[in-house]
Amino acid sequence: MTWTVIGTYATAICLLIGSAFVMVGTIGLVKLKDSMTRLHAPTKVGTVGVGAVLAASIIHNFTFGYGSYHEVLIMAFLFVTAPVSANFIAKVNIHERECDTPPKPTVDEHWATLKPNGIEKMPDQPAQPSNGG
Amino acid sequence: MENRSLFQRIVPHPFLTILLAIVWIVLQNQFSWGMAVFGLILGIIIPFATAPWWPLSPQSFRMGKMFSYAVIVLWDIIVANIEVAWIVLTVPNEKLKPAWISIPLTLKQPEAITMLAGTITLTPGTVSADMSSGGHSLLVHILHTDDPDGVRDEIMSRYQARLEEIFA
Repeated sequence: MTWTVIGTYATAICLLIGSAFVMVGTIGLVKLKDSMTRLHAPTKVGTVGVGAVLAASIIHNFTFGYGSYHEVLIMAFLFVTAPVSANFIAKVNIHERECDTPPKPTVDEHWATLKPNGIEKMPDQPAQPSNGG
Repeated sequence: MENRSLFQRIVPHPFLTILLAIVWIVLQNQFSWGMAVFGLILGIIIPFATAPWWPLSPQSFRMGKMFSYAVIVLWDIIVANIEVAWIVLTVPNEKLKPAWISIPLTLKQPEAITMLAGTITLTPGTVSADMSSGGHSLLVHILHTDDPDGVRDEIMSRYQARLEEIFA
């Protein structure tokens, strides 16, 4: 009896936290003015927003159902893929000059996206492992 | 590829094998030994079949340090989410101070650089945007800051130094 009550409240709190963060992310998407700052709102606030909703799902399933934990996988895949898409959008923004031109790199001559003649070979990639180590 | 040991030829990426098996078991949502064995079989077949396109693997990887790194990053994500939510709700557009920073990379391995870039993007308020053509600097965009150099130093000491230890 008490466990179901605690589970219900925990689910509700997680859902509220998650939807609050998703709402802030959406507000940011509408409010911020250029494409580079706008990129910050959804990719960021989405992590905790989606995470809290999935936590609510896990708690609900363990309280009322048979238990479910594959929500963890959604979280893992999201954490792996979100930076890639954000990186691609950022590269397009730089390429289309839709943001301030970035300053020069500290070490090399050019940024890869802005380099005139393609990408140099990375000089110090680790060597191919020669034998079993 | 020729002079690798038999074990390394059958299991070219041992961590990937374990990871695939765990993902398969979690995907089933209910544990059974049959599914665990099937996951392990998948975990052996998939890296074996894709090995020719993926010859390099990290030379060393410290699992224990990786775990503490993951805990730190998760905590930072939660803290930074609240900070960014506050910035989005309270700072008006005219007062927003976005900035580009360039982080000199001391990491060499592609896997380590990918993890650093991913960490920076997942931590709200910063997005890793580009790499320099030679692979020695990382371009990062900050949503709102008064002290870009401070953010750069924090990323270097907090994340890059730890990743160096993980992939040392």
